[in-house]
Amino acid sequence: MASAPASSFSASLTGLANPTRFMDLSGRVLPWLVALTAVLLLFGLWLAFFVAPADYQQGDTARIMFIHVPSAWLSLLLYTMMAVSALGTLVWRHPLADVAQKAAAPLGAAFAFLCLVTGSLWGKPMWGAFWVWDARLTSMLVLFLMYCGILALWRTIEEPGRAARAVAILTLVGVVNIPIIKFSVDWWNTLHQPAGVLKLSGSAVDPSILWPLLEMAVAFTLLALTLHLVGMRTEILRRRVRTLTILAAERAEREAA
Amino acid sequence: MGAHWTYIAAAYGVAVVVIAGLVIHAVVDWRRQRVALNALEARGAPRRPR
Repeated sequence: MASAPASSFSASLTGLANPTRFMDLSGRVLPWLVALTAVLLLFGLWLAFFVAPADYQQGDTARIMFIHVPSAWLSLLLYTMMAVSALGTLVWRHPLADVAQKAAAPLGAAFAFLCLVTGSLWGKPMWGAFWVWDARLTSMLVLFLMYCGILALWRTIEEPGRAARAVAILTLVGVVNIPIIKFSVDWWNTLHQPAGVLKLSGSAVDPSILWPLLEMAVAFTLLALTLHLVGMRTEILRRRVRTLTILAAERAEREAA
Repeated sequence: MGAHWTYIAAAYGVAVVVIAGLVIHAVVDWRRQRVALNALEARGAPRRPR
């Protein structure tokens, strides 16, 4: 009896592995996701500017955290998701794994870039410098460079299957940087403050700032999910176009011969 | 503290530009592939030779 839910879960995963079924399902979900993301982003901005108070030490500059922290979380989350997709490509050969990985890379790069720039713009008034070679900042810069390398590799190899395997290996090599980023503030004496939002002992952030921050984190996550779904759908179309173009060229060649 | 609003405006400005860029790129890329696929299908989808 216990195997029934497990088998239905596995059947639904197998069903989703079919790109046509994925296109159908994601096409139905997307309009709702777009609307929900827009509402949550606007609500989050209202909370960030009109509800959350100025920090008692940092003043209004702390409002930069409402975009900096979600961007940082998402850049780590997207890379972790890419690492799981890389396993999906290399081990399970899931047909959508490399599509998911390819669609996530530009998003991860954009959020890592946003994290670095907003952190820098916060650092100047708070630390007196746009940049310091601190362990957290440096490991975050390495993550951004990893994303750039992955994007470059996708463009270097034309055949999607070969590109996916090469990118999967590079992604799995780079995943070692994720715990380094997370624990850099604990392992080394850094200028960047330690984790304060999500801690086992309870958040160090006052609820008046914590809730708008978490709301923005949810809004940013939905934004990334929406853009990721659109990116995956576009990649599936791109591969269909590629296949049809090759078949058309082969047919033209046969007819000419 | 007034000068800090310059940094806040710059940070949110960069965020708007990056997010708008992502959204515009996603829509334009989707439309480009959709148009290309429609054009190919309109010509009659070729089949692999048996």
